[in-house]
Amino acid sequence: MIWATVLISSLGCFLLKYAGMAMPDAWLSSPRVQRIANLMPVALLSALVIAQTFGVGQTLVLDARAAGVAVAIVVLLLRAPFPVVVVAAAVTSALLHRL
Amino acid sequence: MNQEVELPDNERRRITRDGLSLAFTVGLYGTAFGAAASSSGLSPWQALALSALLFSGASQFAVVGVGVITSWPLAVTAITGALLLGTRNALYGLRMAPILQVRGLKRVAAAQITIDESTGVAISQEHLGLPAMRHGFWVTGLGVYVFWNSFTLLGALGADALGDPAQFGLDAAVPAAFLGLLWPRLKGRTPWAVGMAAAITVLILLPHAPVGVPVISSAVAAVIAGWKNGGAK
Repeated sequence: MIWATVLISSLGCFLLKYAGMAMPDAWLSSPRVQRIANLMPVALLSALVIAQTFGVGQTLVLDARAAGVAVAIVVLLLRAPFPVVVVAAAVTSALLHRL
Repeated sequence: MNQEVELPDNERRRITRDGLSLAFTVGLYGTAFGAAASSSGLSPWQALALSALLFSGASQFAVVGVGVITSWPLAVTAITGALLLGTRNALYGLRMAPILQVRGLKRVAAAQITIDESTGVAISQEHLGLPAMRHGFWVTGLGVYVFWNSFTLLGALGADALGDPAQFGLDAAVPAAFLGLLWPRLKGRTPWAVGMAAAITVLILLPHAPVGVPVISSAVAAVIAGWKNGGAK
């Protein structure tokens, strides 16, 4: 099942890239499509942040992940680069797991 | 703007250096992806397959972000999330096609490395003409490809060797990675509104809807906001 997911999502994402290269720009260049495509990552990434921070299956919980993400926000506000953000969150959560 | 002016050597070297240093920095994130993949039950080969075949960071995190894929609904969620996040690459392709003017296998290769970074570097060379844009695209795209895949394998093997992911805080690293990807996109009122709407959607739906549905439902926020007006961006 994991392999199927890996291969299907890879094929689909490649076809999206290829479509842009090969397609006459008629419908993709519509301003509406462009706006939606620009906002799509914002919506999905925001949703993923919440789901991954508070979700365990179908329940919302407050645990070490929330503390890690809170620290990540602080580090982002200090304009730290991406790897620092990820490591700061991981270290926070790891420390809380030790307590 | 579409001039075929020759690219001076010093500019070519500068573009190579800029492209490769960006590629290395971005490639480092591959370690986080490899580790996240491992904590979601992917083998190092499956993690590497995603980096080599899918090759688009946010979409890859979406696949491993659903957790351990044990049922078809979870697989569909992972695939749908990856595709929705991959839609912007189609727009990059559209932008790059007239610049690259490639056919056949070369077009397949170009399509595979059409991502945020290669398109970004290419477009920022616009004042230097088409050869500079093409050079920026290929150097950056191929550079990210090599570094991203290498660091993915490193991260996956490393996390596998370490054991329990939560003990090393990897459970918090995944949402933090999403947040890091989201942060630069939160410029202006519309993105903030879309982000908040998506967040609230998940908080409301998560306890009631089947796993995966809340995240996919958040796409509606982007469609509604994008459909309405072109004013604020």
